[in-house]
Amino acid sequence: MSANAAGTKKKVGSILKRVGLYVLLIAGALLFTLPFLWMLSTSLKPEIEVFRFPPQWIPRPPKWSNYVEALTILPFDLFFRNTLTITVNNVIGNLVSCSLVAFGFARLESRFSNVLFILLLSTMMVPYQVTIIPMFVLFHRLGWVDTFKPLMVPPWLGYPFFIFILRQFFMTIPLELDDAARIDGCSTWRIYWNIILPLAKPALTTVAVLGFLGNWNDFMGPLIYISSQEKYTLAIGLTLFRGQYMSNIAYLMAASVATVMPVIIIFFFAQRYFIEGMTLTGLKG
Amino acid sequence: MQSKSLSQSVGILQRLPKSWRKELQFFAFISPWLLGFIAFSGGPIIASAVISFTDWNILSTPKFVGLANYQRLVNDPLVWKALGNTIYYTIGSVILMTVASLLTAILLNQELRGVRFFRTLYFLPSVTSGVAIAILFAWMYNPEFGIINYMLYKIGIVGPNWLFDEFWAMPAIIFMSLWTIGSNMMIILAGLQDIPQSLVEAARLDGANWWQEFRYVTIPMLSPVLFLVIITSTINSFQVFLQPYVMTEGGPGNATLVLVLYLYQNAFLWWKMGYGAAIAWILAVIILILTLIQFRLAGYWVYYEGERRS
Repeated sequence: MSANAAGTKKKVGSILKRVGLYVLLIAGALLFTLPFLWMLSTSLKPEIEVFRFPPQWIPRPPKWSNYVEALTILPFDLFFRNTLTITVNNVIGNLVSCSLVAFGFARLESRFSNVLFILLLSTMMVPYQVTIIPMFVLFHRLGWVDTFKPLMVPPWLGYPFFIFILRQFFMTIPLELDDAARIDGCSTWRIYWNIILPLAKPALTTVAVLGFLGNWNDFMGPLIYISSQEKYTLAIGLTLFRGQYMSNIAYLMAASVATVMPVIIIFFFAQRYFIEGMTLTGLKG
Repeated sequence: MQSKSLSQSVGILQRLPKSWRKELQFFAFISPWLLGFIAFSGGPIIASAVISFTDWNILSTPKFVGLANYQRLVNDPLVWKALGNTIYYTIGSVILMTVASLLTAILLNQELRGVRFFRTLYFLPSVTSGVAIAILFAWMYNPEFGIINYMLYKIGIVGPNWLFDEFWAMPAIIFMSLWTIGSNMMIILAGLQDIPQSLVEAARLDGANWWQEFRYVTIPMLSPVLFLVIITSTINSFQVFLQPYVMTEGGPGNATLVLVLYLYQNAFLWWKMGYGAAIAWILAVIILILTLIQFRLAGYWVYYEGERRS
């Protein structure tokens, strides 16, 4: 009987522990989602309700027209298109250039392979701030300032961290595949294109997702290189908006929601790749 | 005609020794990066060092001034202010982020139904970092109508003026970093899942309570991962720019002026290219030293498997 009582006690204890853990999990979830909810809530409020104390969580009635008004005051559709153009170009550029280079380092023989790869790794350790001034000077000389070129050309010339990710992945593909293909008369190009790339889809997706995030959220690049308003991206468009319509917080929040939404939607579709990729980025340092 | 010359050149390629052909192929594949290295990485690194020895507003001809920029830098109170602020931000955010990501990782490591859903939810803010989020937090910190002071008011605390207060502006920016701990959390979670279950069971058999289990099993086994998280967050935090730029513009009273912001102002607002480059090099050297120091310290407290602590 005493054994039975002890068993019941243990059971009650484990249920209590579970309940406690769920309470903690839900509290954490509230903390992590609260800013989003506040952003949504503010974006749907009429102007008088924004500056009311105590603040209401649920705007009654929700003022959906805030979105239309906010996104037409400044040409946000144009900023959206600009951002999309740059992001798509840069993701494709990264995929093409980094996979080529990674293939070279992972699959082709050369006396210089190791030395050059160490050089590539060491450039990853230099903080980007060291190169922004000379790069600006270079693009200024080329007459590229206030065009998309300083933002859209470099991705076609490889990005060391992505090259590193892809090279590590390519190394895990058995070399015997290459040898067999060569015996069958495959050229190096076809090994790259028809064998390695299809097998490397997960790694390529990770790179695409990271490239998308980095470019969509990029702030320093457009801030330095873009000055005419019709070439603005969403990130600097938002700061312009903030400067001009500081008092209209509802509009500002509506524009912020519109900027963040595409990322959140894509995140829910490609969660695994986001988490894997960003964990890798954390490891980079 | 053209196809003939093409086949000729292919013929020449084929007559090259095999090792040469291999080298050629290798260089063809890595050529995008080689070009990129020369134009956007290696070249600029050297150029940056040279620029830091000049007085140059980008339109004039650069004037060589030797070490003058570095001398000025040492005597510039704003450099010291910015350095102090950057260190303040780094220490504050790294401690908060590491503790918070460890705790959430432990919570998410529990075997509970639906825990994966919470993992996604906790990770979500990390993908949205950027201007929009900085603007959102500036609004949340609004002293009169912001949600943060409202919640403090609910529990009987009169909230400070946050971003408008010299004392509270930096803590406000530090607290914000708690929201984007997603990647650190996932790295630590992976580390937790790598701890052999046999060790945990052995500790429990020996009668260890949860604290002893945490202190003598989890922490030592996790130390390489924690170390890694601390290094990378320190390096990232040292380069903070966006939040102070968007939320406070370095103010009030330079309370949130950080190194990268000061570098940006010098180079791209006041066109002092030489001085900006010198600040960039100081930043780079500090980051390098930090990395080295942390690697040294690691020897004292990081426990690697198969090694004995001395």
